[in-house]
Amino acid sequence: MQTLLEPFRYEFFRNAILVALLTGALCGLVGTYVVLRGMSYIGHGLSHAVFGGAAIAIALSFSPLIGAFVIGVVAAILINGVSRRRTIGADAAIGVITSAMFAVGIAIVSVSSMSRLSDALLFGNVLGVTVRDVLLVAGVAVASAAVVFLRYRQMLFSTFDPEVAEVSGVNTAWVDLLLALILASTITVTMRVVGVMLIAAMLVIPPVIARLLTDSFHRMLWISVATGALCGFVGVYLSYYLDWPSGATVVLTATTLFILAYVVSSLRNRRPLPDVGIDVH
Amino acid sequence: MSRISRREPLSPIGEIEPTPLIALDKVTCRYGHEPVLVNVDLTLRAGDFVGIVGPSGSGKSTLLKTIAGAVSPIAGSVRRGADLSIGYVPQVETVNWYFPITVREAVLMARVSGRRAPWSSSRERAEADEALARLGLEGLGDRHIRELSGGQQQRVFVARAMLRRPALLLLDEPTSGVDVRTRHDVMHLIHELHHQGLAIVLTTHDLNGIAAHLPSIVCLNREVIARGAPRAVLTSEVLERTYGAPLEVLSHGGMPVVVEQYPDLQGAGGNVVPLREGHHDHPA
Repeated sequence: MQTLLEPFRYEFFRNAILVALLTGALCGLVGTYVVLRGMSYIGHGLSHAVFGGAAIAIALSFSPLIGAFVIGVVAAILINGVSRRRTIGADAAIGVITSAMFAVGIAIVSVSSMSRLSDALLFGNVLGVTVRDVLLVAGVAVASAAVVFLRYRQMLFSTFDPEVAEVSGVNTAWVDLLLALILASTITVTMRVVGVMLIAAMLVIPPVIARLLTDSFHRMLWISVATGALCGFVGVYLSYYLDWPSGATVVLTATTLFILAYVVSSLRNRRPLPDVGIDVH
Repeated sequence: MSRISRREPLSPIGEIEPTPLIALDKVTCRYGHEPVLVNVDLTLRAGDFVGIVGPSGSGKSTLLKTIAGAVSPIAGSVRRGADLSIGYVPQVETVNWYFPITVREAVLMARVSGRRAPWSSSRERAEADEALARLGLEGLGDRHIRELSGGQQQRVFVARAMLRRPALLLLDEPTSGVDVRTRHDVMHLIHELHHQGLAIVLTTHDLNGIAAHLPSIVCLNREVIARGAPRAVLTSEVLERTYGAPLEVLSHGGMPVVVEQYPDLQGAGGNVVPLREGHHDHPA
């Protein structure tokens, strides 16, 4: 028992495991909407865009967090606007806008001496997080949870059926913008934990696991949050003992859980359905 | 109906026309540079039961959305009665059946205003269950929407619309992509709702199976070509103007039957085929 609790003696580890737990829960919450809107690729794209934003900010002697957030929000709004025009699909819009911003980041990194910083942003360094980082992630998690709590019904309706939601009085453009802000904030504050290359995995895998386990939206939301938090906790804990990169270990933990959930779901679906008295016309 | 000031045509002596629920006056809508509706006049009153027919891209769905308030006209005006509540039932073919949502959750989506808490109150759940029971879906509230039959799925979305306690119910292609039995069930349900006092507007491609049986139809092809009882409106001339193709209209037991003429591929004159729901409309 003493051995199992040993890493908790170190402050850096306590910060790391707390921030990983919060990051997992936050990604699970936001990712549920991202996955159900069929925009899993947006997490991948935005994480690349915020890298460009952080690099630009550092080159201009600004806070990388502010640069990443501003560029993340701008990219999310641009993607939203371009994809609504329908002449270019959302996937193509994400590909163009975020790749361009990522290329800007790479160009800046290559002409300056920021290779260490770029490694931290690209691959994450959870063991180097400070109390300030923990508070930032906690703040975004609380704010996102509050938005989802207060706008749960509108967000659900506009995710499931945006056309009828609009007819029923939901301002779907406003909901889309709100979601873009939450997503950009999430990616900005969590990029130091799992790295921009792996954030997309944390936005997608926990909601997909949850979807495999339930047919109900509110249960999916809870399971996704819990799964994300569990992956963060277990991944960082294992990375301490295995001496693997923390971001990769978190994602590999999530992937293992996905495989388990997939097997369980497949076995469950092979059982004959109970007679529920549904008339077949 | 305080906001409607336009003078309506005078009613025949002794008949009092119900108050208009909504009046579209020379409404023009467009998507991009493409006009979808042009100078559309349409007045809907309490108790109306109207079918909108027309070819794909004729603006049927846009007209429904304009009535519902989801599309704003670039010209003309839409005047709604004070506190008019509208229920909207989308085409089931546009629904994502793999979305993780139970029947009750789908119905409760109608409750987007008022209560802010994510979870529904016991009163809301009771209302949803009551709406489901009224539509013959008792006990299916916890089922996933994919687990229902085609007719039941359609009824779920009617139940969602009914939870808004509408005076006007709009249905976009309610029988699109369903079999004959389900179409019969769905139309039976819609007629029942009409008998309970709802004004109903639906779009359909099915001239013989549905439109011919409605009290009133509107032939639309970006503009209103004709409106009236099927017997008056379903004529070769009106249908040719609406669809841009020759259609023959026969009479069977006093009912109009629209037939399509195909060239005989075997070279012996034309084949006359009664017109059924043959193609699906894309929302314009």
